[in-house]
Amino acid sequence: MTVGSYLLRRLAAIPLTLLGASLLVFAATVVLPGNVARTILGREASDASVAALSAELGLDRPLPAQYLSWLGRFLTGDWGTSATLRAPVRELVLDRLGASMLIAGIAFVVLVPVALGLGLLAGLHHDRWPDRLISGVALGLGATPEFVTGVVLLVVFAATLHWFPTSARLPPGAGSLDTLWHLTLPVVSLVLLCTGYVARHVRASTVTVLASPYVRAARLRGMSSARLVRTHVLRNATVPAASALGVQLQFLLGGLVVVELLFDYPGVGALLLRSATDKDLPTLQACAMVLGAAYMLIVLAADLVYRLLDPRVRLGGAR
Amino acid sequence: MNSGVGGHTGTKTVAAVGTERVAGLTRGAPRDVVAVAAGAVAAAWVVVALAGWRVLAPRDPALQTPSDRFARPGPEHWLGADQFGRDVLARVLAGARPVLVVAPLATALAVIVGTVIGLSAAGLGGWFDGLVMRVLDAVTVFPSIIAATLFAALVGRSRLVLILVIAATFVPIVARSVRAATLVECAKPYVEAARLRTEPTWSLLVRELLPNVRATVLVEATSRLGDAVFAAATLSFLGLGEPPGSPEWGASVSENRVWLTIAPWTLLAPALAIASLVVAVALLADALRRRVDAS
Amino acid sequence: MTEPRVTGPRVEGPLAGTGPRVEGLRVEGLRAAYGGEPVLHGVSFDVEPGEILGLVGESGCGKSTLGYLLAGEIAPGGQVLGGRIELDGVDVLELDPRALRGWRSREVGIVHQEAAASLDPTMTVGAQVRAALINSGVPRSASGESALGLLRRVHLPDVEILARRYPHQLSGGQQQRVVIACALVGNPRLLVLDEPTTGLDASVQHEILTLIAELRTELAAAVVLISHDLGLVGQVCDRVGVLYAGRLVELGRTEVLGTPAHPYTAALLASQPRLGQSRTSGRLTAIPGQAPGPGATAGCAFAPRCPLATATCHATEPTLDPLDHRRLVRCHFPLDAPPPTPGPVRPAAPAQPRPEPVLLDVRGLTRRYGRTIAVDQVELNIRRGEVIGLVGESGSGKTTLARALVGLSAAGDGALRFQGSELHPRLGRRAPAVRRQIQMVFQSPDTSLNPRQRIRRILGRALRTLRAGQVTVEELAGRIGLGADVLDSRPDQLSGGQKQRVAIGRGLVGEPALVVCDEPVSALDVSVQAGVLELLATERDERGTAYLFISHDLAVIGYLADRIVVMYRGAILEDGPSAAVLAGPHHPYTASLIAASTGQPRPRRARNQAGKVNTSDIGCRFAPSCDYAIPGMCDTEPPPRREPSPGHHLDCFLNPGELPLWPQPIASVTPSPANQNQGAS
Repeated sequence: MTVGSYLLRRLAAIPLTLLGASLLVFAATVVLPGNVARTILGREASDASVAALSAELGLDRPLPAQYLSWLGRFLTGDWGTSATLRAPVRELVLDRLGASMLIAGIAFVVLVPVALGLGLLAGLHHDRWPDRLISGVALGLGATPEFVTGVVLLVVFAATLHWFPTSARLPPGAGSLDTLWHLTLPVVSLVLLCTGYVARHVRASTVTVLASPYVRAARLRGMSSARLVRTHVLRNATVPAASALGVQLQFLLGGLVVVELLFDYPGVGALLLRSATDKDLPTLQACAMVLGAAYMLIVLAADLVYRLLDPRVRLGGAR
Repeated sequence: MNSGVGGHTGTKTVAAVGTERVAGLTRGAPRDVVAVAAGAVAAAWVVVALAGWRVLAPRDPALQTPSDRFARPGPEHWLGADQFGRDVLARVLAGARPVLVVAPLATALAVIVGTVIGLSAAGLGGWFDGLVMRVLDAVTVFPSIIAATLFAALVGRSRLVLILVIAATFVPIVARSVRAATLVECAKPYVEAARLRTEPTWSLLVRELLPNVRATVLVEATSRLGDAVFAAATLSFLGLGEPPGSPEWGASVSENRVWLTIAPWTLLAPALAIASLVVAVALLADALRRRVDAS
Repeated sequence: MTEPRVTGPRVEGPLAGTGPRVEGLRVEGLRAAYGGEPVLHGVSFDVEPGEILGLVGESGCGKSTLGYLLAGEIAPGGQVLGGRIELDGVDVLELDPRALRGWRSREVGIVHQEAAASLDPTMTVGAQVRAALINSGVPRSASGESALGLLRRVHLPDVEILARRYPHQLSGGQQQRVVIACALVGNPRLLVLDEPTTGLDASVQHEILTLIAELRTELAAAVVLISHDLGLVGQVCDRVGVLYAGRLVELGRTEVLGTPAHPYTAALLASQPRLGQSRTSGRLTAIPGQAPGPGATAGCAFAPRCPLATATCHATEPTLDPLDHRRLVRCHFPLDAPPPTPGPVRPAAPAQPRPEPVLLDVRGLTRRYGRTIAVDQVELNIRRGEVIGLVGESGSGKTTLARALVGLSAAGDGALRFQGSELHPRLGRRAPAVRRQIQMVFQSPDTSLNPRQRIRRILGRALRTLRAGQVTVEELAGRIGLGADVLDSRPDQLSGGQKQRVAIGRGLVGEPALVVCDEPVSALDVSVQAGVLELLATERDERGTAYLFISHDLAVIGYLADRIVVMYRGAILEDGPSAAVLAGPHHPYTASLIAASTGQPRPRRARNQAGKVNTSDIGCRFAPSCDYAIPGMCDTEPPPRREPSPGHHLDCFLNPGELPLWPQPIASVTPSPANQNQGAS
């Protein structure tokens, strides 16, 4: 099918998937042991006040009714109020969403050329020292949690060398250069993690392409290596990377939680964590939904890019 | 007269997608220096975890010595001391066990459940496969770390919860992978031939298909193991795993984050411990995968 | 049509020979090895410009290595041990990398099998040709026009539109033409074609070969055509060389194929069924044993398998010597008489006094893939013990039909009856007793057997589940012509022929009533095919099993089948006794298949010039490609059923008297040398 109709089908499937996600989120909050109201008010609260709060929060109604009313409110923009942070949830979340997307966006923009470039380099020189070096380092970095690389970066570059601040929290009115300076270390942590996987994936597809019959045929027509790479290898090796990047986005988003915590950055990930430990349900639900939706959209975008790049998929099946 | 397809009678055919026995895989291993070194590191940590800090550490990791508060690394405390004067080296050694209990158990659980699901979904096909795929799609709506965070935070911190949560996020990955490998085999005529000669379904799955996807399962298991260590450490870092005060590495890093500028060794030691284990497992998994691919 | 003549600068300077320019390809004493084991042992031959030399051999004879060496390419792990490859006086093996690139871009063109894989899937077809042109020195501004010109030269239609398409949007034949176009860049002096038509339908193959013949004349290039297919080589080549175990064993003008001098060539010819040869009239002779692998041999390489070998043959290697003015042979005792007649004639099955009961009855079977109809309302019946040959090209639906009968392709309409009772379309729903009665042998020997199980286990499981427990595994192995030593091996240790025997044994174990064979010999070497076909024939004759034998190869079908069924685009166009179907009068489509298979021009009726036949849903589905189609009739109504002889049916508007015949009456064809020339296939 054409790209257009595929796009429409996927977009139409999103509300359905989000619905499923909302069910999961709701179910998660229901799994909480103990009484929610009591958890919010604390152990010493009187039974009466717990009962009052329960009624107020509608916790005594049957579950499907609770779910539907929550869903209804959520869809109309009423995301409730955070009991612990004493602020409307929607502002809280959307505000921090922008901050998180900033880090994620910069990380992505840096990730793509670095990973593609290193992967190609490794593949073109496969089984020689540049490949061993790049592949080895990529493997290691891809396996190491972001907070570990983050800690090492912090200790070396912030605490010891003082080249970067130890906190990524942006001072009010920071200009773009100042922002970048603050965000460098968290972005680098994220990039190091994701580059590992993508670079190795690109290396593998480069090696496959170099061994392919069409590259061999072109070489037997007298094409020099440089021209071969330019004409045939580059495109064929990097197009499959689009799907690898899609997988990595999962780690990018998940890594936000960790990185925001480590670098003391007020983003959606940190908020998610905080509200989970505080049992701040409305905030928790909103964060989860927002992150889930963002993830779905990003995956869709990556998939689309892949389809646009590969003519076999773009133009639909063989004759 | 025409023969449509080029003839070939080669004795060497398309590489079988199976796996040798472990002995076969480790044959010739000593030539791969990196993998051997990685294996040594991982083995060392396993020994530490099994033996416990009592055997190896000079001091009790929980012993608080206020006079040694923030001691720098030196002859008294080889890796220094933390805010309570506890020996960092001892804490690092003690921190191996929680990780090495959680990660392998979570992985084993995920691999067993995931393989059963993936194998049967692909082998049985039809509505069952459709249902399984739908459920897997629904469950992977969230990035795994976020899903794990959600559940772990809400349900409470304990080692069992950690194991279950990590296993739960890995099951879809393993299931998908095994299902894909099984589908490749199902398309081959030998499976159809088995159906034609009235092999019962369970026999199809276990006798015909499973041996041919063993390689995939093995590779998944080792890859997930590395991911499990990653996840266990990360979730502990986020405060979702071990009880507070545990010497577990992730929790240690989290606890000592505030002392970054004053006593960086309290952060670096557990962080590097995590890095060493995780990289070692990753290198082993990679070496295994390359060996399986080559056979 | 005049094309802008595209030339780049030729290889000049110190690399050109100083003496008189020697034209064409000269290969002398070429020796090559892989991983230390020799694979080519002193191959020598010449090809003049404008001449086509065919190099024939089975797998392992070294022809692929040779094909790559002609382009100056040595695969990793290989070495050239000696010899020369000279084109127009320039020794390819001596060129340095830069000169080699220049040489490759202008002096030689290579075409490999599997055209689709030789084309970059992410580049348009036109862009790839342009890239090749630019690489050979054509200025970028002129490359677009030149590319279109090259595409026209290989007879591709609508080149402006086609050039903007991607490879996967083209048919197999079109893809191969594009690859040929790329090879023509620089007007090469040497054209190497390695299995250029493998995997293509017979009719497409025929067109590609015609194209090659034309180009040879236009280009005045030396052409080397490498193939495993003797028939193909016989159709289009001027001279033929037969390769065995890395040596040329016979080399001469193509006509000599009719009277082979080397025992291997003779055995190769005798092991292929000739079109019209039937299993009831004579057996095929398989060549015993296997070709030697890489490595040195003592004495003649073919001696271990040669029925005429003597002590001299085992001791000393013969040299390639002229036999008469037409050819060279590498043999101590070349044949100068017709080859010994093949083995004893199998006693013909007594003519059936009355037809056997119907075993499998198919009514209105329809299967779809998405929106395309793969099998369209097919009706068929198979009688007990009958061998039905189902022939068709790609897209005919024959495999889908076979799978539907067996129960592996259940979705769709149609009624199946087996031994009088209703047969469920889905395999899983059939009673086990019924399932055991219908078995299948698949095409690819590599994937037909579980790679993780030993042969003993594979056959053992079959014996158990198919309730043939009283037969032992060893007995079964003997019955399929395998030694007991094979039982403890795994499939990847067996050869293709051995694997197919195991697959057949597994299928026949429970004495099923019907075995569906889906192209069981297509993936095997010719000399191995004969053994497998003989096994099938023997089993059928001894046990009375019915076969539905599927192939695209008419000669193989004609050999094995009692009745032939011809399929095209999902429908049966013709069915009847095989002699009747092959001899004619038969359907125009059958005529085209025979013509493509034998390389003879299609007998055409003078076509009514006014009017083109359109594709329509109701008319005859073959009409748009038919030489005999009548516009206004064939495309507006479904064709009527004709019966040229009892039991022989076809759907066509032509009267039986107007239907085409095969030129050679079948009854008189016997495998004798004098007749081997006729449409040698």
